[in-house]
Amino acid sequence: MKLIIKGGRLLDPASGRDETTDVYVQDGIICARFEPDKSTEIVDAAGKIVAPGFIDMHVHLREPGYEAKETIATGTAAAARGGYTGVACMPNTNPVADNRFIIEFICKRAAEEGRVNVYPIGAITRGSRGEELAEMGDMRDAGAVAFSDDGRPVSDAGLMRRAMQYCKMLDAPVISHCEDQTLAAGGVMHEGYNSTILGLKGIPASAEEVMVARDIILAAETGCPLHIAHISTAGSVALVREAKKQGYPVTAEATPQHFTLTDRAVTRYNTAAKVNPPLRGEKDVEALREGLADGTIDVIATDHAPHTFDEKNVEFDLAPFGLVGLETAVGLVWTELVHTGILTPLQAVAKLSQHPARILGVDRGTLTEGSAADITIIDPVFTQTVDPEQFVGKGKNTPFAGRTLQGLPVITIRSGLCIYAA
Amino acid sequence: MYKYKDLLELKELTADEVNFLLDTAVPMKEVISRPIKKVPTLRGRTVVNLFYENSTRTRSSFELAAKYLSADCINISTSASSVAKGESLYDTARTIQSLGADVIVLRHPMSGAPNLLAKMVKAAVINAGDGAHEHPTQALLDLFTVREHRGEIAGLNVVIVGDILHSRVARSNIWGFTKLGAKVRVCGPPTLMPPGLAQTGAQVFYRLEEALVGADVIIMLRIQKERQQQGLFPGLREYSRLYGLNRERLALARPDVLVMHPGPLNRGLEITHDIADGPAAVIEEQVTNGVAVRMALLYLLTGGGAHSEADY
Repeated sequence: MKLIIKGGRLLDPASGRDETTDVYVQDGIICARFEPDKSTEIVDAAGKIVAPGFIDMHVHLREPGYEAKETIATGTAAAARGGYTGVACMPNTNPVADNRFIIEFICKRAAEEGRVNVYPIGAITRGSRGEELAEMGDMRDAGAVAFSDDGRPVSDAGLMRRAMQYCKMLDAPVISHCEDQTLAAGGVMHEGYNSTILGLKGIPASAEEVMVARDIILAAETGCPLHIAHISTAGSVALVREAKKQGYPVTAEATPQHFTLTDRAVTRYNTAAKVNPPLRGEKDVEALREGLADGTIDVIATDHAPHTFDEKNVEFDLAPFGLVGLETAVGLVWTELVHTGILTPLQAVAKLSQHPARILGVDRGTLTEGSAADITIIDPVFTQTVDPEQFVGKGKNTPFAGRTLQGLPVITIRSGLCIYAA
Repeated sequence: MYKYKDLLELKELTADEVNFLLDTAVPMKEVISRPIKKVPTLRGRTVVNLFYENSTRTRSSFELAAKYLSADCINISTSASSVAKGESLYDTARTIQSLGADVIVLRHPMSGAPNLLAKMVKAAVINAGDGAHEHPTQALLDLFTVREHRGEIAGLNVVIVGDILHSRVARSNIWGFTKLGAKVRVCGPPTLMPPGLAQTGAQVFYRLEEALVGADVIIMLRIQKERQQQGLFPGLREYSRLYGLNRERLALARPDVLVMHPGPLNRGLEITHDIADGPAAVIEEQVTNGVAVRMALLYLLTGGGAHSEADY
């Protein structure tokens, strides 16, 4: 199997390359220049960006347990359409991915039906109940790349400290969804003017920031790599920036919804915009964009959280948190961050491929010779309006319906094979 | 003419639209002052009161408003506990639509439920109070009552006292009174005060004595006793001492001040009996005016006023 991607703008942050060149692939591996023969496939990438395959390190694939929302087959198909060649899936399935068998099950299903690489994340505590440590060593051996009680943050600081001490020997990061439940206390949206006029219970910025501060302190003390999921407030950005200045082993991600939308999107009780952490205020969006630009925020991840129509077609208080992101993320990155000059294309690619690969310790995220040929090709001028009915993922719950995006993935290649073409 | 299908919130209305609703309630009040309180205006129309929360006075008020206009009216009460596990609002809405309702009056413990229902049905939806969002008919009857006494809302100092955080009455009144040109002050403990109120045009006070100076209208809110169990304020005794309306505090307001309360009252807690039953209180008038305002809404939302000649 031979493939040549001709005339594209290669962006490879690992080697710092940003040049118009051809990319050669043989047997699923990036290789040196060769002469094409009859069987060589040629992809014309003139005017397009050729990047290492994108990795979304925060995805809910919902299998096992919630197959009405999403499956490994549909979620990875959505990922491929969105320009991703790999996803890390969160353990809040049913049963919770808190033991070797569920991790093995996910790996097996991914091998059978997965369109992209699937990197399972194991739970920190049994059942993500926040009471006792899960068998993280066993899960690590079975293929877990990181550990998280995403959505049900470990509230017991002593337990979190022990988890990080333990995790350190596993050479895998702890991913923390930072939310102090006593401060969030049943809130359903950002606390501020909009929650006041809508009469909805607010989640204050402090609910996130208190736990970001706690976990940074624990990372500094234990030396365990800490990745802070979906930071949403100006205060969290400042805390992470300071942690990095101190040299602590801390990384962070932001989502397209949080760097694009404010809590105004919730007006008229739009449950598609009900997400946790909640969409925040203007100054928070501004701070996230600054944090992305100055490198405080390493990764752009989606927190892809599919739900069924019926689950979201209810009173705002009753609707589950979460929105789907895999099929809109890259377009939002280009529209909101690249075309606006906040990120260079090379920086954007780094946050979508090189950095998540490095944090998760997976052998991806570069197009240097000898690497796996996981490749995302983007047309930076291709323009399309978001239509949830076109999504291949099961969830249609997006607040971006009707928004026009410019800069979209057009070809996704995994191990040298095309898994999506627009 | 009222141009919307529903009445969900006062926030979305203009001053002219609010005044039009109030003007329409004037002849309605005349109807209910007659010995025979019945006109045939809504004969053959159906009003469904859909209540997910207990309410005696609002439900009775809507029911009588419908009956005085000769509409058929049924009440559906669903306890809040069955909301989460029972039939969805969507399915309930479709059922009521199929029964042939022209107007659905919805009381619901969750903010935004009427907005959701309005999108699901062709019938007109009236918000009879949703969570901590709005209670537009309460504010309309408050405005109507003040207008009857003062003629003009503009320029008045209106003070709303109590649990602003959880109060839909406070929110609707903030919108209603500020739209008509009054200056609204809100007063309560900081833990019962939601953020961002200054953006609504209201002025925030924590000391009742300061808030009441020069007040033309005082709206006392009911304090829910369970808020103390939630730890939102230290206790009812202290609450009453800091925020209860009594004779000494009333003297800080203008001599012709109106004292209002949406009911039901906690006598001796947020208001002393001599004030509740005294000359400044217009609490019973509020109840009567509530029927008139709701008649006006039922009339307008079923197409009344679309013709130049009103037929009441």
